[in-house]
Amino acid sequence: MDGIHDIGGMDGFGRMARDESVFHAPWERTAFALASSARMVGNTDDFRHAIERLDPAFYLGADYYGRWLGALEVRLRERDLIDSDEVDRRAGSAAARPRAIASAGLPTASPEGGPVRTIDRRPLYAVGQSVIARDLHPVGHTRLPRYVRGHHGTITRVHPAFVFPDTNAHGWGEDPQYVYAVQFAASHLWGAGDHSVSVDLFEPYLEAA
Amino acid sequence: MTDHDHDHDPRALRAEALEAILIERGLVDPAVIDSTLDYFENDLGPMLGAQVVAKAWADPAFKRRLLDDGLGAIAELGLGGPQVDHLVVVENTPDVHNVVVCTLCSCYPWGLLGLPPAWYKSLAYRSRVVREPRNVLAEMGCELPDDIEVRVWDSSAEVRYFVLPERPNGTDGLPEDVLAEHVHRDQMIGVAR
Repeated sequence: MDGIHDIGGMDGFGRMARDESVFHAPWERTAFALASSARMVGNTDDFRHAIERLDPAFYLGADYYGRWLGALEVRLRERDLIDSDEVDRRAGSAAARPRAIASAGLPTASPEGGPVRTIDRRPLYAVGQSVIARDLHPVGHTRLPRYVRGHHGTITRVHPAFVFPDTNAHGWGEDPQYVYAVQFAASHLWGAGDHSVSVDLFEPYLEAA
Repeated sequence: MTDHDHDHDPRALRAEALEAILIERGLVDPAVIDSTLDYFENDLGPMLGAQVVAKAWADPAFKRRLLDDGLGAIAELGLGGPQVDHLVVVENTPDVHNVVVCTLCSCYPWGLLGLPPAWYKSLAYRSRVVREPRNVLAEMGCELPDDIEVRVWDSSAEVRYFVLPERPNGTDGLPEDVLAEHVHRDQMIGVAR
């Protein structure tokens, strides 16, 4: 989805503030621990997608662990494990009740182990090759940032194959795919700048240039 | 909770209510909450990454393995852990400076650096460092000379990036544990030289 989370290159968020805190308040620790350990069917990709599906105003106003807390509640209620009305009553307020759009599909199983997979085909692309990041706009979860779509880049590393977030977040299977480090020139992405930006892109996000 | 302001934050009330409901329903184990926090706050942290950097500075063969196969090399030190399923170590040199971000969320090599500071997760850092890294670094106190090439790494998949900073002058012959004290978290993210 082309969501509020996809902020690479956006203007308006101001100067860097040197806030070194990991947690600002005890509730942020609680939110981290609950989101990390609550037992439910799902995976990291659907957790990230739950954050992305939060109402944009909620997302921007919630701060980092506020988004974790919101996404945790969204995931729990989508699985009928809790009822947000009950949370309102117990909290004595609906002020922090998260709003979110529905997912295109939820996982039906939880994975074992990490996301790296061995697949029985060769990578389509090689180091040094020119590629284009496809101009895709999937309705669901994706890890293809908007700021590289349609741009030319160069493969600098071929990583192993990983579970494909675009399907895994929705219970549509792991469909593992090779991942590539693709280097883009800032002058191409932004019209200015002498640096490069390297983005890790799954094979289906790419086409040969 | 003792902090008056936090008592009245609706998010604090909601976190407390959710915690109580989840415990009552057996969806979280209070002991797991405690052990999770203990692990992330006490067992993990930048001291682990600093150990990797110090070893790479002291041992050229280890450095080659680290740059070639990050995960395999840190496993030699008994390291790995959460959010380090695949690791790429990028080396700073007199001519190249690397800096790491996650624009889509806030991916970070927890197993080597612990949980990230607030600024790493901030909307300003995530949005700006891919577009104007020199300005962002300057605002953080790191002025890069114009002739240094800047490479930004957006960790958009499950690969985690880790910066190997340059070894400071005047550290010849120091043992690894002393070298590790010269390494700061910001260098391993790439917002300091």
